[in-house]
Amino acid sequence: MTKNEFAVIGRPLPKVDAWAKVVGETKYADDLFLPRMAYAKLLRSAHAHARIRSIDTSRARALPGVVAVVTADDLPRVKFGILPVSQDEEALCADKVRMVGDPVAAVAAVDEETAEQACRLIEVDYEPLPALMSIFDSLAHPEVMIHEYGDGPNVHKNVALQFGDVEAALEGADLVREDVFFFEGNNHLPMEQHAAVAHWARDGKLTLWSSTQTPHYVHRVLAKVLDTPAAHIRVIATPVGGGFGGKTDPFAHEIVACQLSKLTGRPVKIALTREEVFYTHRGRHPVLMWIRTGFTREGDITGCHLRTWLDGGAYGSYGVASTFYTGVINPVTYKIPVYKFEGARIFTNKPPCGPKRGHGTVQPRFALECQLDKAAEQLGLDPADMRRRIVAEPFTKTANHLTVTTIGLGECIDKVVEASGWRDKRARFGVSARQAPRRSPKKRGLGIACSAYLTGAGTAIYWNDMPHSGVIVRADRSGGVAVLCGATDIGQGSDSILAYLTAEVLGIEPKDVHVHPADTSLTPVDLGSYSSRVTLMCGMAAIQAAERLRDAIFKAVARKLEVSPAALVARERKVGVPDDWDKAVPFARAVELGEALHGVLAFPGSYAPPKRAGKYKGGGVGPSPCYSYSACVVELTVDEDTGTVELENVWIGHDIGRALNPLLVEGQVEGSVYMGIGEALMEEQVFRKNLHKHPSMLDYKSPTTLETPDIHTILVETDDPEGPFGAKEAGQGPLLPVIPAIANAIHHALGIRIDEVPITPDKILKALDLKRAGKPARVGPERLPLFTFKEPLVVESAFGQPAEAVVSRPFASDDKR
Amino acid sequence: MKVRVALNVNGEFREALVPVHKTLLEVLREDLELTGTKHGCELGECGTCTVLVDGEPVLSCLALPIETAGRRITTVEGMAEGGQLHPLQQAFAELGAAQCGYCTPGILLTATALLARRPSPTRKDVKEALAGNLCRCTGYTKILDAVELAALRMGRQEART
Repeated sequence: MTKNEFAVIGRPLPKVDAWAKVVGETKYADDLFLPRMAYAKLLRSAHAHARIRSIDTSRARALPGVVAVVTADDLPRVKFGILPVSQDEEALCADKVRMVGDPVAAVAAVDEETAEQACRLIEVDYEPLPALMSIFDSLAHPEVMIHEYGDGPNVHKNVALQFGDVEAALEGADLVREDVFFFEGNNHLPMEQHAAVAHWARDGKLTLWSSTQTPHYVHRVLAKVLDTPAAHIRVIATPVGGGFGGKTDPFAHEIVACQLSKLTGRPVKIALTREEVFYTHRGRHPVLMWIRTGFTREGDITGCHLRTWLDGGAYGSYGVASTFYTGVINPVTYKIPVYKFEGARIFTNKPPCGPKRGHGTVQPRFALECQLDKAAEQLGLDPADMRRRIVAEPFTKTANHLTVTTIGLGECIDKVVEASGWRDKRARFGVSARQAPRRSPKKRGLGIACSAYLTGAGTAIYWNDMPHSGVIVRADRSGGVAVLCGATDIGQGSDSILAYLTAEVLGIEPKDVHVHPADTSLTPVDLGSYSSRVTLMCGMAAIQAAERLRDAIFKAVARKLEVSPAALVARERKVGVPDDWDKAVPFARAVELGEALHGVLAFPGSYAPPKRAGKYKGGGVGPSPCYSYSACVVELTVDEDTGTVELENVWIGHDIGRALNPLLVEGQVEGSVYMGIGEALMEEQVFRKNLHKHPSMLDYKSPTTLETPDIHTILVETDDPEGPFGAKEAGQGPLLPVIPAIANAIHHALGIRIDEVPITPDKILKALDLKRAGKPARVGPERLPLFTFKEPLVVESAFGQPAEAVVSRPFASDDKR
Repeated sequence: MKVRVALNVNGEFREALVPVHKTLLEVLREDLELTGTKHGCELGECGTCTVLVDGEPVLSCLALPIETAGRRITTVEGMAEGGQLHPLQQAFAELGAAQCGYCTPGILLTATALLARRPSPTRKDVKEALAGNLCRCTGYTKILDAVELAALRMGRQEART
């Protein structure tokens, strides 16, 4: 199908919720005010690791205006966590705190100020325990156990997978590089702080409004920890004011608000402060990486061996998945015939890390792309040409048994190389070019990197055979169409995508579609806004539901017009035969005919990804219906005197499959590039004396308009057979190549290697000092932990095998199964 | 101690009885139900709570209502005139400058003040004016484009009248 055949798809339409957002009418969680609502605050631990001896709440209870005070004793003693294998969190800690910021008690009061005041009156008697604040600390002190479970003392997860004989492959290489990298942790920093309102009504039913990306998972956790039937709980995700993965876990504050509402008989609101958001975290894992790769003289990769150590923080969160993600997505980008991955997630007494945009893949992407740059330099190859040569083959399997469909990476590379003036500028800029004027401390550089990312996780967080996404489409006699779907709009535009796809199939305008999202009592389950799954999975479900509605309407109109249903089309808000369009029936009339024939017109659509998980333990993390690809060129200036980096231009080519709305895709790509810049140059979640070093928006540096360069987005369309109208993801993948492209451009400018992000001026100056002293001009990690990975699970490499020709997709309509 | 504050918000005279230390942000949101004004840090760092006071951008999380008594306060709810959106609102919607939309009210108001001061701003002017407003979704690109588009349209409108 060419673009011209679409009425809605491919048009740069405004988002359906844009109008409410520009006039301030969108109701975020903290904008809800209910009659008699009480306000809650959590008392959080000031100790990084301590036993709780006792808690005295009597003074807090006595404070006028306080309506309830709760501790762990007032909640069922049930632990929770997002992953079934890591149920290690408590809404309020009972016996032990594991980080500064762990909640130990909560107050509901007539206003927030009173609640805060009451929290200060609660006396907690702690017995401090040694605080383990780094991977090295935690491994050096197995006698101090942060948790009682895991793959060893303070080891949350230890994984090792091997696909083919890596040692032999490295032996046969012309060049083997061994490099060590570190990626510092950072926060999502959504503009909206998390907030929730709970109302446990007198009929015994609970409603929770929350700024969450995963209402379905919150629903399940509430039922578990509140010991209440899920059937009596309703979770509504309010429009989310920025998520980026930070609102993907079920949280203590949500659970506590519910319990306080139950105890007080009043609605209860809880809104986190910015400082609390930093301590709630679930952001980017700090990851230490060792990577050993073999190359031929021509630049082909013969094999790759990667080791990662993740600083997980105090709780599991998504950590098991994060650990796998540091390893399993790497082989999707380039031809890597054999591959070995060892990874470990270590518990520390810091806020838990979790999924942030690019979940687990951002850190190893930095390592791999910087190492490729070093190898290209050593082999005397152009880094763009080298990457172009080794791009993976479409419709094949990777060494680790992932099925890859379309790949637009070659075209992405070609386009950013051309648009950036790569060949000319690589020769003109750079340390070897002796750029003029020589006296100026400002040196220019150009760097490239590439990446791939999944379009939706192929498996759910809990094992089940049900759809990952469900949609109900209901037509009413007005000609309006309601779309009910559990998807959560976090600003990425999922409501809009549902409206566009439904309108496209039914031949109506997006404005005719009313999207009702993210309400567990009304909408079919969608697993949540994570893993770049929403456009593809909700989209496929919406198309199926809309097609079923269209088929029903066609059947009725065909009777009326005395033609075959197959002769009908739906477009321009009409249904008719193209050659006899004068007789076409208005869509509203067509709905009436349909309802007269069939009864109520409401149809479900369901989607689950193709079942293609590799048949080995651990094979469930990594599969995706399809993968997006990105290539990025960064042009920058570095000041040799101050070490400051000024970005000038970023060119990014992104294989989107098909841009359902190019405006929205560009927005996702630009936002990803921006966020990558922040991570590369300034953002870091670091600790001093067990405390977050800068838990405020002033101290935690993030890019403003002035640090954000011109971003040139180039969309490449590959029309993937797995995606809705061929679409892949855009929300995460384009972040990945930005960070190594910046590091590589800095090397081009100055001839120094900063193998650690963020790349701050002090590291650049240190590397320049080393260079002047005639030492290797590299700043990066100097040591690795003493750690034994487990015996690897050895599996044959599936590299180069063709993808299955026929894909079995559960719930697909008969003709597409 | 509670005090009576009398505010001119979006051309309407509004009164509230509030604790003396309650910020303008809190009074607007909690007492006057104008929740279009958002909070991101409550420390004057992110620009999300920006409103206009006598046409100038003010961080409402750092302002006390008493300071603004008798002065003209404009919130995002007061930008549209009658049934007509402000050209900035129109441009932000059309160009996808609002993703999650949370920083949007503050940015719209900051941009309003810029365009009042400088009707034909350069890209650099826009960047500098908005440097105190953080946005985590857009990479700012579409926001800058939208401010420029609005300026262009307002200029044309001016020329016609």
